[in-house]
Amino acid sequence: MLLLSNIKKSFREPDGNRLPILDIPTFAVARGEQVVLIGRSGSGKTTLLHTIAGITRADSGQVAIDGIELSTLSEAGVDKVRAAKIGYVFQTFNLLPGFTALENVLLGMTFARGRKDPARARHLLDRVGLSHRSTHKPAALSVGEQQRVAVARALANRPRLLLADEPTANIDPRNQQKIVDLVRETCREENVALIMVTHAPEVSGQFDRIERLEEINQVIGGDAA
Amino acid sequence: MSLFRIALRSILQRGVASMLTMLSMALGVMLVVAVLSIHGVVEQSFANNASLGYNIIVGAKGGEQQITLNTVYYLSQPVENIWYSYYAEFLPQEERDRLLANSFAVKSHEAAWQTAELQVLAGDGGLAGAALSLALEGAGLQLAPDARPKPEAAPKIEIGRNGKYGLMTELVIPLCLGDYYGQFRVVGTTPALFDDLVYDVERNRKFEFAQGRNFVHHSPEHGYFEAVVGATVAREMQVKLGQEISPAHGAPDGHAHERKFTVVGILKASGTPNDRAVFVNMEGFYLMEDHATPLTEEPAAEDAPPQTEEELKAAQTARLKKELEVLRAADPDPLPVEQREVTAILIKADPMIAIGLEGAVNGSHMAQAVLPVKVIYELFEFFVKPVQWTLLLLTGMICVVSGISILVSIYNSMSERRGEIAVMRALGAGRWTVLSIILLESTLLSLGGGFIGWLAGHLLCVAANPYIEARTGVTVGFLNWEPAVNVLSLLGRSSGSLSVPLELLLVPALVLLAIVVGLWPAVAAYRTDVARSLGK
Repeated sequence: MLLLSNIKKSFREPDGNRLPILDIPTFAVARGEQVVLIGRSGSGKTTLLHTIAGITRADSGQVAIDGIELSTLSEAGVDKVRAAKIGYVFQTFNLLPGFTALENVLLGMTFARGRKDPARARHLLDRVGLSHRSTHKPAALSVGEQQRVAVARALANRPRLLLADEPTANIDPRNQQKIVDLVRETCREENVALIMVTHAPEVSGQFDRIERLEEINQVIGGDAA
Repeated sequence: MSLFRIALRSILQRGVASMLTMLSMALGVMLVVAVLSIHGVVEQSFANNASLGYNIIVGAKGGEQQITLNTVYYLSQPVENIWYSYYAEFLPQEERDRLLANSFAVKSHEAAWQTAELQVLAGDGGLAGAALSLALEGAGLQLAPDARPKPEAAPKIEIGRNGKYGLMTELVIPLCLGDYYGQFRVVGTTPALFDDLVYDVERNRKFEFAQGRNFVHHSPEHGYFEAVVGATVAREMQVKLGQEISPAHGAPDGHAHERKFTVVGILKASGTPNDRAVFVNMEGFYLMEDHATPLTEEPAAEDAPPQTEEELKAAQTARLKKELEVLRAADPDPLPVEQREVTAILIKADPMIAIGLEGAVNGSHMAQAVLPVKVIYELFEFFVKPVQWTLLLLTGMICVVSGISILVSIYNSMSERRGEIAVMRALGAGRWTVLSIILLESTLLSLGGGFIGWLAGHLLCVAANPYIEARTGVTVGFLNWEPAVNVLSLLGRSSGSLSVPLELLLVPALVLLAIVVGLWPAVAAYRTDVARSLGK
């Protein structure tokens, strides 16, 4: 489902030198597979997720999602692939404050052509236990509820791959497990591959496949973002 | 969820800032609508005034604009008057003879005839023959010369024939100007101005009376001293029927004439300059002091001029006494023709004849003929339209400033919205999609403000309608779409015509403005660095 080959990514420093962040010879995730990605702060976890999602372009190498090679596409083409095949859950939820919970979920469908499905948006809100809060704006929702809306939004387009960047980092321990369970269960139900970044051992310990970025990224000791 | 809804949500989210931005645009558009409405009112008012009911003005030699401004709008000052006997040249025989009967010339002629007849009856053949031959020279009777210089000598007063242009005219109305009532002009004229003149040809409308009646040539109760006042004069000077008014001589602050006119009618507002004038019977106008043209009578052989200072004083006292007698008489006799002048003559003639009549008058060196409608349109094109367009340009610039406030508002919000834009990009929105959302926001703010402004502008016009109608006679309704423009000519096409209300062009103008001012923040959104703006 996802195949990374010879991915290299570096950033330009203020002094003009290039700072290497990623050097991944190969990394693959199968359809429906659930992978947890761990690594120390600054090891390039978020950069890797951005590169997979096409938000950041790799300096070299290939990112193939569902057989589509992103490096061969224009930026608009990458945007379309992202809209259609990738869901993204952020650490800070990133719900749009002016929109209700339901509208935030619908927003996930807006940018994928021909995929507006209010019934599915309601179903997803129901699935994350927020059908009664669908007309509330983010400010009226608790932190846990906001993250559940973010999960529903990420799954709105029936993506093939869900990228979750420390989705439990800002959530109290009581709700952490609920969110992890929710993400994993819904991905399983929809046969969506999952890459979850986390620092929490109690979360990573639940996954069958645990990837340490230091092991797959050949940038040793890199001060990655 | 549509991009339109996303843009709308974004506007609503920044409620106060959005409302203030829209308000700024609304004020700009309200001013544009108000100026356009004034534009329409002025144009309509000009069109109303251009439909005069007459097509030629004859006045003393001078500028055609001055004659028109003076006669149609009662503005500016008349340069000179023309002979009353010249006015008679525009009348058919019967009317002309009737008017000229009250002249020294005709009266002398009649007296000569009577003398000759008496002498014939007395049997004095030689003298009778001489008197008869004098009488038979009736047509050659001389008008007593005026002491003042005139551009041309007065035409001889001859009766028994049509006026030189008498068969070319359908309606002839003389005007005498020079006096004021308060700030308003006093116009000496004949009852025909209100009895016969159809001032709005299209709707076959004559001037109507809100109260009272037209003045008459001579009435048993007021003699020659009746007046009619325009609607504006009546309102502003609080003139009532039956009130006596004294015109001021020569200027608003001139000395008040002793002679008073009784107001017998108040006109309905017509939206013409006549709303702002006082009309008095021309016969009464002539009888006011200082209005009679002085005569220099040739002294008779036996009537020697005063030789001493005492004789001179006695002669002056006698003359003043005689004038005062006339002035104070309750019902004096009309002024003789030789002592009369008119400021202008309004003439209605067949349009085909009017051109020839204008040429004939202008070739005669006695007076000047003007086609007022042509002059009015020239005035409109050269003076009024540039002012209107300048006003429109200024209000357009206000809209541009309002547009810049949209730019500032959206641009200021960009720093806090970078995260939102990055989220949308992460959810699959392309750069052009976020650019479109920002442009849509700008357009919605612009059109929303524009609609509020349009509504407010028209409500303002409706609120001001009673005031406008009272002063111009033009009604401004809520959906007043004047003026219209030819879109094809705006697009540079010389042929064809597609007339649309100028206001409708506000819609594309506002959209264009929104796109121009929204482009900067939209490009900023387009260039948002998603990875950096997302945080985590």
